[in-house]
Amino acid sequence: MSATMFDRIWDQHVVDDLGNGVFLLHVDRHLMHDLSGQRGQLELKKRGLRMRNPGLTLGSMDHVVSTVPGAKGGNAPWADKLINVFRTESREAGVRLYDIGEDGQGIVHVIGPETGFTLPGATLLCGDSHTCTHGALGALAWGIGTSELIHILATQTIVQQRPKTMRATFKGKPARGVTAKDLILALIGKIGTAGGVGYAVEYAGEAIRGLEMEGRMTVCNLSIEMGAKTGMVAPDQKTYDYLKGRRHAPKDALWDQALAHWKTLPSDADATFDKEHTLDCSSLAPQITWGTSPEDVIGVDGRIPGNKPEALAYMGLTEGNPIAGTKVDRVFIGSCTNSRLPDLRAAAEIVRGRKAAKHVKAWVVPGSWRIKQDAEAEGLHQVFLDAGFEWREAGCSMCVGVNGEVVEPQARCVSTSNRNFVGRQGPGARTHLASPAMAAAAALAGEIVDVRSF
Amino acid sequence: MEKFSTLTAIAAPFPKKNVDTDLIIRIERCTGMPKEELGKYAFEMARTLPNGDEDPAFVFNQPRYRSPQIIVCGEFFGTGSSREVAVWALASMGVRCVIAPSFGQIFFNNCFQNGLLAITLPAPKVEELMRQASQPDAKPFTVDLANQRINDSVHFEVAPRNKKMLLEGLDEIGLTLAMEPKIAAFQNADRKQRPWIYS
Repeated sequence: MSATMFDRIWDQHVVDDLGNGVFLLHVDRHLMHDLSGQRGQLELKKRGLRMRNPGLTLGSMDHVVSTVPGAKGGNAPWADKLINVFRTESREAGVRLYDIGEDGQGIVHVIGPETGFTLPGATLLCGDSHTCTHGALGALAWGIGTSELIHILATQTIVQQRPKTMRATFKGKPARGVTAKDLILALIGKIGTAGGVGYAVEYAGEAIRGLEMEGRMTVCNLSIEMGAKTGMVAPDQKTYDYLKGRRHAPKDALWDQALAHWKTLPSDADATFDKEHTLDCSSLAPQITWGTSPEDVIGVDGRIPGNKPEALAYMGLTEGNPIAGTKVDRVFIGSCTNSRLPDLRAAAEIVRGRKAAKHVKAWVVPGSWRIKQDAEAEGLHQVFLDAGFEWREAGCSMCVGVNGEVVEPQARCVSTSNRNFVGRQGPGARTHLASPAMAAAAALAGEIVDVRSF
Repeated sequence: MEKFSTLTAIAAPFPKKNVDTDLIIRIERCTGMPKEELGKYAFEMARTLPNGDEDPAFVFNQPRYRSPQIIVCGEFFGTGSSREVAVWALASMGVRCVIAPSFGQIFFNNCFQNGLLAITLPAPKVEELMRQASQPDAKPFTVDLANQRINDSVHFEVAPRNKKMLLEGLDEIGLTLAMEPKIAAFQNADRKQRPWIYS
């Protein structure tokens, strides 16, 4: 019988069949962060329970850390308190925690792959909706709430309804200036923000194969923005080359054994999916959102639609106007979607030798401590600083806006993050999602602009 | 966990689509506030006018709907962030049952973890319930979980396990802890198959 990669990985993790499509699954990898992680730790303690397998959990500081250059903690006493609780509880439980200023610290969805903690064929869960990012390496990964997080801490398992399968095939070769972010935004625009509800998605096709690992992470990251349970890409030579030698990746004989297993994972050629979508990438323009849901997306050469008047009012936009030329106040390059080294390189390539518009406040927030060091070794920070951008410490920053790092009310921000919801980047903030190159171009032009003109 | 059997209460109509968990509760309120206090911050961005006053037009500011136990919602309710605080905030408002054509899946799971019944119904049925709930003289709705019926007229589906958990007030962690021998057996066998996972 032919099988999809999803089916194969799911079946390999079944501890018990609880009936009616509900299963008890083993959790191979669990990531924790300073916001939901510490809450889970405290609740576990309150219930008088202990962590079952602390060695299968990895922690990092990301949500509430200050990314002000040189910062070593939170931006407020409450944030420092959460950080301290997370630190103390992790130490007590024997959880490896990458702390502020340490090689390994960063956004959980950046450092999981970066440290080789994320592995093909593994189940990986985290109390954060963008956990689907890890599917880029062929892991089965999704986000959970606090109760499910405590369930994992106590039992190393999760009770879950088996989703259906969907394949999204990206055909054709994207044109210059069209990135992983544009591919996935275009798909969300096509099938809608609820188009993936009930499905585990496998991304396939030559455009996906052509992406580097970081681009695949960007694609998988936005799976939740179309409502999908998870998104994944079959592992291939790029995956293995990416993982080999990373800190937590298997070594020597274990590597060989793991590699042999990983090569059995991809979907069979004749495997069938419950649903199929196809997108032709060759004719896509760079994408940008205009409304308050990631499905509100058009090509940067398009005009603003009129189907959501409430969203247009919030965004301060007029139906029928071209989206290009819309004045911008803020630019944010960062987040678990687009803060990895190739993202920063793509932005720096646009910025090099140019200056940000005077009225624009532009931030670059690397996804991890390691990325920050590597980018600095290449001189990328200098490119941004010379252009008038801020070069900041690693963290979630203005994507989640929990740490006082917010967009001002009614200010307009081109952001490489994942959510343009009402108030997401701060009360009244107007967010336009786009790729790092598009965001960089907007900072220079002071308005939304087609990056292909640079 | 509090049991759920039959609930009779005024239902609040909230037809907005794609209500995300950022809208239900702002991230600043997710930093350690006791669960019971969260209700007063639920929907705070939508509840208040730019000048800080309450918006009298907002559904949950209307006297009839200030502490709704049943809410009838638009498509894809609870999308976005995994924050369980969104469910805690609704529970703190008094909500025990959420009806919608579709839900964000993490939110949906979080509901059942906290004794809230999330009911998915076809859009036309939700619209009909919305219409009924919006009448000025609307009668209370009755949600009967055992018989899977709303107002004796609308049948709804619920996963058998979720139904049992709510009816009996069971706690999932407790149930799984009792399965420890199976978990240990899985890991023992798996260690031989995939030793790199445990190294």
